[in-house]
Amino acid sequence: MKSLPERVMFTMGDIAAAEGALSAGCRYFGGYPITPATEIAEWMARRMPELRGAYVQYEDEIASITSVIGASWTGTKAMTATSGPGVSLMLEAIGLAVMTETPLVLVNIMRGGPSTGQPTRGQQGDIMQAKWGSHGDYQIIGLTPASVQEMFDQTVQAFNLAEKYRTPVFVLADETVGHMREKLVIPDEKDIKLVNRKQPTVDPSEYLPFKADDDLVPPMAVFGSKYQFYATGLTHDERGYPSDKENIQIDLITRLNDKILKNADDIIDLEKYQLDDAKIAVIAYGTPSRSARRAIAIAREEGIKAGLLRLKTVWPFPEEAVAELATEVDHIIVAEQNMGQIYHMVRSAGAPTPITLMRKPAGMPQLPEEIVQKIKEIDSQ
Amino acid sequence: MDTLTSSEKHFALQYLREEALPSPFCPGCGNGITVNAFLKAVKDLGHEDLSGFAFVSGIGCGAWIPSPHFKGDTLHTTHGRAIAFATGLKVARPELKVVVISGDGDLAAIGGNHLIHAARRNIDMTVICSNNFIYGMTGGQVAPTTFTGDRTTTSPYGNPERPFDLARLVAAAGASYVARWTTAHPNQASRAIKKALQTKGFSFVEILSQCPTAYGRRTKAGDAVDMIQWFKSLPIRKRDEEAGYCVPTKQAHDLGEFVDREDTEFTEALKAMVRKVE
Repeated sequence: MKSLPERVMFTMGDIAAAEGALSAGCRYFGGYPITPATEIAEWMARRMPELRGAYVQYEDEIASITSVIGASWTGTKAMTATSGPGVSLMLEAIGLAVMTETPLVLVNIMRGGPSTGQPTRGQQGDIMQAKWGSHGDYQIIGLTPASVQEMFDQTVQAFNLAEKYRTPVFVLADETVGHMREKLVIPDEKDIKLVNRKQPTVDPSEYLPFKADDDLVPPMAVFGSKYQFYATGLTHDERGYPSDKENIQIDLITRLNDKILKNADDIIDLEKYQLDDAKIAVIAYGTPSRSARRAIAIAREEGIKAGLLRLKTVWPFPEEAVAELATEVDHIIVAEQNMGQIYHMVRSAGAPTPITLMRKPAGMPQLPEEIVQKIKEIDSQ
Repeated sequence: MDTLTSSEKHFALQYLREEALPSPFCPGCGNGITVNAFLKAVKDLGHEDLSGFAFVSGIGCGAWIPSPHFKGDTLHTTHGRAIAFATGLKVARPELKVVVISGDGDLAAIGGNHLIHAARRNIDMTVICSNNFIYGMTGGQVAPTTFTGDRTTTSPYGNPERPFDLARLVAAAGASYVARWTTAHPNQASRAIKKALQTKGFSFVEILSQCPTAYGRRTKAGDAVDMIQWFKSLPIRKRDEEAGYCVPTKQAHDLGEFVDREDTEFTEALKAMVRKVE
């Protein structure tokens, strides 16, 4: 008996992410149980065989993510989902995916850390880990959904970006977003825009597996095709062969970074709320952005010109948009469920405009009233 | 002909990327013998080229056996995880012939968990372990395969630990086919690899391999010839002999087949599950 989902569901963010992945064409999930992301694995274990895909539960998170890289090299859209401790184990493999330009999606349902922390409480403590966790210089794409619907939509988006730019993509959802239940509308198949990785079209004898096109992304052959290739985590030339030459390292690392940075406008996704005439701007993402939206509405009722810049993507960081905002407002508040992570990026982009951090390293986000109070404080200065 | 080099042009060259040669292996290294033993098995099975194969390797000297030398699709991965990558590959594309070739440190130390779990799943892939009893690439550190008492750079007073018997470990974990040979037994090794490639299920061929640069030098085991002589003196198991348990020693490391059995293969079990759901 098939458990085909309804087009309209009342469900939790974790399951919406799983359904988003399936709608995006994901047919391989390498899993390992961890609170608060287990529901994604459970849902995939049930749904994958119905769609002739595969769910495999591994012996650890390292095997989960590495199997995902292996599956992706067959041309299959593949993903895993975990939480902080699992991500910590997966970071080396993220570096390999960056270096071998392997499309994959990693959903991190962020819980309280460090270490085991508070497994059942949400936090946004893994934002910098997603960017900097693996060794070496690289860029990452990080999406930050704030609702059950966005868990679906942005997981689809995550696959599209992974395929388009041949890169690992993080969906960074705090536990509250992962576990909250809301209405989810699954669009008709024809209304979901899907992107698939570029495939080589040249004669197989001329195929250079790591020669990029003008968009800095090389077409990707799959295992078992007529295009033979060799992929390695070692620094490699356009043929894929290892090299210890300085110019090869510089060219490769520059291209891997630039393919994200130079396409940042295409990747970055922001929502502006009441910003047109705002004097005080709040920057937030995930659950705190929901509190912030309510706080802005209350402040506006009281005649304070406040607005919200909601980051639906945190990586690559929307530096230009924040810099521009900083010239338009008198003060920026950053509300994060951590000790201040994106705050540092905002500070670097927004200086010298004053920037105030509302930090909270715990499960309950900043409440609307707390943000209203901070807005009033700043407004009265 | 049963010899490895019978034609004017070495038979192995048709499967190798000649532009990637010479190999990075030291003079006297056993890995070249393992290359030939593997490719001879491939040739004996009638493959004109390596299309249809997928090679995955990890980190260390053994991982350079397929990568970048084999003219076939190859993924050279992170340390210890080759089997996990290969599992994802095989599950997503079961029609590929998936082969992992790597060393004892990569497969049995950092990757030991993946090794036994892949054997437990009985996933259809062939894992070839070039076991030189030491970390060669990093200059000769103690490994989980180093014999008790061996002096290495990180066991300067003699190894206080006991080594794994990899063949028995993998057999006990549920593999369909397990054999152990040495670089002094290239024809037996090649025949074992041929059988492993024909096995529907998890197959594991351990090839004891001389590392004169690290193992020979550090443990005073001698040069390549001394070690080949040592390998030739190792006992060969009798067919159907009880595997039992024993701690490997330099004198009593038995060779031969440990397991050759049929059992449910993992990707077939997954397919059966899909049929049931439909």
